Amino acid sequence: MKVVLEHLTKRFPNRNKKIHSEVTAVNDFTFEIPDGKLIGLLGPSGCGKSTTLNLISGLEKPTSGKIYFGEDDVTNMLPENRGIGLVFQNYALYPHLTVLENIMFPLENLRGDKKLTKQVMREMAYETAKLVQIEKYMDRKPSELSGGQQQRVAIARALVKRPSVLLLDEPLSNLDARLRLQTREEIRRIQRETGVTTVFVTHDQEEAMSISDMIVVMKDGIVQQIGKPQDVYDKPVNLFVAKFLGTPPINVFRGRFEGGKLFVGSECILAKEGEKDRPVTVGIRPEGFIPAEDGVFTCDLRSIEVMGRDRSVVASHSECTGAEIRAIVASDCDIPVHNGAVRFNLKSAKVYTFDELS
Amino acid sequence: MGRKSFKGWLYLLPAILFLAFFMVYPLIDVLIYSVEEGYNSASQSFFSYGTYNFSYVLHDPYFLQALKNTFILVIITVPLSTGTALLISLGLNSIKKLRELYQTVYFLPYVTNTLAVGLVFMILFKKTAYTDGLINLLIHTFGGESVDFIDGPYWAKMFVMCFYTIWIVLPFKILILTSALAGVNPDYYKAAQIDATPKWRTFTRITLPMISPMVFYLVVTGFIGAFKAYSDAVALFGTNLNAAGMNTIVGYVYDMLYGDSGGYPSYASAAALILFAIVLTITFINLSVSRKHVHY
Repeated sequence: MKVVLEHLTKRFPNRNKKIHSEVTAVNDFTFEIPDGKLIGLLGPSGCGKSTTLNLISGLEKPTSGKIYFGEDDVTNMLPENRGIGLVFQNYALYPHLTVLENIMFPLENLRGDKKLTKQVMREMAYETAKLVQIEKYMDRKPSELSGGQQQRVAIARALVKRPSVLLLDEPLSNLDARLRLQTREEIRRIQRETGVTTVFVTHDQEEAMSISDMIVVMKDGIVQQIGKPQDVYDKPVNLFVAKFLGTPPINVFRGRFEGGKLFVGSECILAKEGEKDRPVTVGIRPEGFIPAEDGVFTCDLRSIEVMGRDRSVVASHSECTGAEIRAIVASDCDIPVHNGAVRFNLKSAKVYTFDELS
Repeated sequence: MGRKSFKGWLYLLPAILFLAFFMVYPLIDVLIYSVEEGYNSASQSFFSYGTYNFSYVLHDPYFLQALKNTFILVIITVPLSTGTALLISLGLNSIKKLRELYQTVYFLPYVTNTLAVGLVFMILFKKTAYTDGLINLLIHTFGGESVDFIDGPYWAKMFVMCFYTIWIVLPFKILILTSALAGVNPDYYKAAQIDATPKWRTFTRITLPMISPMVFYLVVTGFIGAFKAYSDAVALFGTNLNAAGMNTIVGYVYDMLYGDSGGYPSYASAAALILFAIVLTITFINLSVSRKHVHY
């Protein structure tokens, strides 16, 4: 089912009662989530992504704006009537119930003509457990499971009643690094197999980029950019998005356009016809640097870190706004160094200019 | 003994000595007293060892009355006070406005002296030849016959006694249960809400199991506390509890030691040990029931 958010805004009263101003958690969010897609809501903490999720689930009421599931306006519908599955950050598995009882719990709540027999409930629970590959542990208590297994149970509990929308709130943040990689693939697989429209919230850009069909980057309650992960990475609309996506992060410099050329310091690093003369902020992705004897961009070399597959050149530059420059280069390429300086040519597609000055 | 464990025992020594002197020794002493037949406290002598003291106590009508009173008190007040406390705590937990005020009000009996409360209850429930207490005035207003709750029929006295006990033990239970309820992660309720769980089912399947250790704690301590009831009876009916027919087991023990018929530490010890056996049995039953229904 597609989910449509229309001018969604949520304001909270200020905690400090003496201040009458309000905190805007989500500001004028408009987005149509296509049916059966996996959407990553991405942003730093406090950017309103969890609030957005709570608005979709109905746990929070929007201050203004509308939410549609398919063609139905659900803005004022109670969460229990929306037919959603929600996976909490801490899983919220009932600790006194076994895995089977946890998964069956939502089914046991069905009333009226939707009421199921014990047998059907068990079958549905086992079917969903198989989907998330937890069927071996049905008689265990959540405390007897690992974090990753608990996560699967939580997903199974959310999926068992066949929700029209699946919402995941920071689903991987409680897992260790290895498990996180595994589980995010799992989430992707489960989402593909069930075809359920899924929204998940994360502050980890790598997580969002790796499994999402589309990502939504948010900051201070305002949507910055929506698009396919690669598109957003390749064409960030502003400095924030450029900085937020990518590891290592983008290198940022103070620069200027002068006579159709882009300068950083005294060096012209790129020709850009038709640009007005003005100061700009220049962002260069780590993979945009090519070490060369006659390179156009000179930096002071600090160190070279060997990563195996590639090398990371750590350097500094007087116009760089960050602490250091990090360039990722292939491990077999030469890095010419003269008097502690290293020169690069730049891939023009990896160089971005922004009018915001940092 | 290793150096480490020696150190450990050394640190524990003060506590062990203290407990040995003031708990273990008296306990053994009580045990010895209870089997010394015909003990004379003046000459500190006795005839022989045996079970006569227990037999005497178990055939003493005053003890049987005390036993009956105590059991009625326990059976009525423990479930009622725990249930009421749970209801009030749930109420407190679901309101936002005036919550602190109500919490304070419900906690007031805890900081009030039991004898003072007893006096107030006495005045409320009393009926003399000249005046009715407030409760009797109320009964009158609704067209009932006035009853002397303090010096009248047995059921009326038992009613006041239970009412008083529940009132006295409520604050502590409310305090424990409100904090237990506040300790339940709200995410469980959100999860239950998303899954369209009916309110009653949320309570029985989620809230109750989550706070079950605290409820269990209150039931166990409630049983023990009610079995040990004494001061409440004194506060309401005065020191001559046998005459009022409202004696409790602990009251009986006291009377045997220091009352008008006092000076019988052997009988007192026997009665105390019988009480101990009862409490032990009940606690064991509690524990075995809890194994199925309490989730830690």
